[in-house]
Amino acid sequence: MSQTTVTEEPPRPRPSVRPTTLRRPRLPGWSRGALLLGSAAIGTATGLVAGLESRVQWGLIAALVFVVGGFALTSAVEGRRQAVDRLAASLVWTSFLVAVLPLASLLWETIARGIPGVSWYFLTHSMNGVLSWQDGGGIYHALLGTVQQVLLASVIAIPLGLLTAVYLVEYGSGRLARAITFFVDVMTGIPSIVAGLFILSMWIMMMGFGYSGFAGALALSILMMPIVVRSTEEMLKLVPNELREASLALGVPKWRTILKVVLPTAIGGITTGIMLALARIAGETAPIILLVFGNNMINGNPFEGAQSSLPLFVYEQWAFGTESAYDRAWAAALVLIAFVMILNLAARAVARWKAPKSGR
Amino acid sequence: MAKRIDVTGLTAYYGTHKAIDDISMHVEPMSVTAFIGPSGCGKSTFLRTLNRMHEVTPGGRVEGKVLLDDEDLYGPGVDPVSVRRTVGMVFQRPNPFPTMSIYDNVAAGLRLNGSYRKSELDDIVEKNLRGANLWNEVKDRLNKPGSGLSGGQQQRLCIARATAVEPEVLLMDEPCSALDPISTLAIEDLIGQLKSTFTIVIVTHNMQQAARVSDRTAFFNLAAVGQPGKLIEIGDTDRIFSNPTVRATEDYISGRFG
Ligand SMILES: Nc1ncnc2c1ncn2[C@@H]1O[C@H](COP(=O)(O)OP(=O)(O)O)[C@@H](O)[C@H]1O
Ligand SMILES: [Mg+2]
Repeated sequence: MSQTTVTEEPPRPRPSVRPTTLRRPRLPGWSRGALLLGSAAIGTATGLVAGLESRVQWGLIAALVFVVGGFALTSAVEGRRQAVDRLAASLVWTSFLVAVLPLASLLWETIARGIPGVSWYFLTHSMNGVLSWQDGGGIYHALLGTVQQVLLASVIAIPLGLLTAVYLVEYGSGRLARAITFFVDVMTGIPSIVAGLFILSMWIMMMGFGYSGFAGALALSILMMPIVVRSTEEMLKLVPNELREASLALGVPKWRTILKVVLPTAIGGITTGIMLALARIAGETAPIILLVFGNNMINGNPFEGAQSSLPLFVYEQWAFGTESAYDRAWAAALVLIAFVMILNLAARAVARWKAPKSGR
Repeated sequence: MAKRIDVTGLTAYYGTHKAIDDISMHVEPMSVTAFIGPSGCGKSTFLRTLNRMHEVTPGGRVEGKVLLDDEDLYGPGVDPVSVRRTVGMVFQRPNPFPTMSIYDNVAAGLRLNGSYRKSELDDIVEKNLRGANLWNEVKDRLNKPGSGLSGGQQQRLCIARATAVEPEVLLMDEPCSALDPISTLAIEDLIGQLKSTFTIVIVTHNMQQAARVSDRTAFFNLAAVGQPGKLIEIGDTDRIFSNPTVRATEDYISGRFG
């Protein structure tokens, strides 16, 4: 009896699993643009009506309307899966915008306000004898200080960091390696002012050296090293073991294998890590105030006497609060950004030029 | 001159795990010896003990003797780097150096070990690429990266790289397992030519390949998963394939297990 029922009444097909047609209703192509315009309009209107001061709030309302409206519209016309897809996509895009807008606005602001102040004179003269309310003066002394301090810090931190990373990945195992990893992690979290205080107490107070660019570079290298170690370590771990074995099997000693095969393979990523570290220390102010002190005159010797640096210069000029000082602060900030940018591009160029063939 | 290998009582460990147990055999100079056996029976491990690559693996440890002519590879004062220059190796997956051009890949072993004049290197690179039957395919693009070649070409490039340092023994760990039949044939031909210069040991999962290229064949097996691998028998390839003395060898060759 039950058997006949089954054959006579076949189980109902489940429509959600296999659709009857491959076509699906779709929103027209212009709908997205229309939605964008519409939500922008709603954002503006709400802002005007409610009397919201900040354009950021208008933008956030528009973004919210765009995300929610897109979801509702798609789910009404195209179905649930497409709606979720649309929701995720618009969330990603909105987050991207929210992240990039401040950056773009920061760059724009710095360029717009900084460009008028940047000139050959500005780059080649110091602040010697220029009073805070006077126009003129320049950042040569600060630029020189930044270049020297960053260079010295790199000379200390990059070799140490690279060697530490090579040890951890290629040689280290067991307790020593674990301890080093732990201390590198701790170092990553050291606030710059603490690094500055540490060098202040060690180098200046206990060992009795005076203020100098080098003292600042010591603190900067403390900040730089863990970043170099960490990023290099990750890059070295990405180098396939097969390459190391291929080299060892040719009878190449381990150290040459590391130098000629492992490091060149990872050089691109290592460079990026070093550049990030450089960018970080080039903008440090706290240890510079403590250890380099600041100076309006040109001091070309980083090992003796107070120097200046770009971030410190920006800070000082801002603190003066006069019109001319503000202009100088913006111009110096622009130069600082350009400096980091140029370093970055140069390093990338070197890495690209080195990486593909590396004949010797 | 190619050398003879004499192994006595060789046992290899990964940490505390014994991977192969008490293996003794000899390998004739200027001949091809094939290792066959089911996966995990320690063929690669044994092969890697023959040029001291086993100890590169963390925890890798070896007991026993490997005589190359009459020098013990594991004797006191032996430098593993010199061992590896004498006993070269080709791996299962082609692994050209990605940062180097085709030319630099072949020259790598020499360059990384000393200084050579440009003209000298040119000659060596050409000779070894010809030796690997690759010269005609790459002579117009020696400065292009080696990773741009096909899998079979890459493997022949790796063979040229290994032969360029003029080893006496060449170890090959399943060199054709990632290749198509045509490239496999090219490499088998190459092995036939190379044995006039080198002592060759090749691991393969392909019975026909073992039968085609080798003079002697060694069969490895393990009693059970987790047990160390052992050498079951070794002999002339013709004899092993037509008239094995051990039942397990016959079963394996005829495809009844493994
Ligand atoms: N790197 C390693 N670490 C630990 N054990 C390993 C490692 N490589 C191989 N083994 C073990 O050693 C045994 C032999 O492996 P292998 O020599 O690769 O066998 P085959 O090449 O014959 O397939 C296996 O039991 C395997 O699990
Ligand atoms: Mg294997």
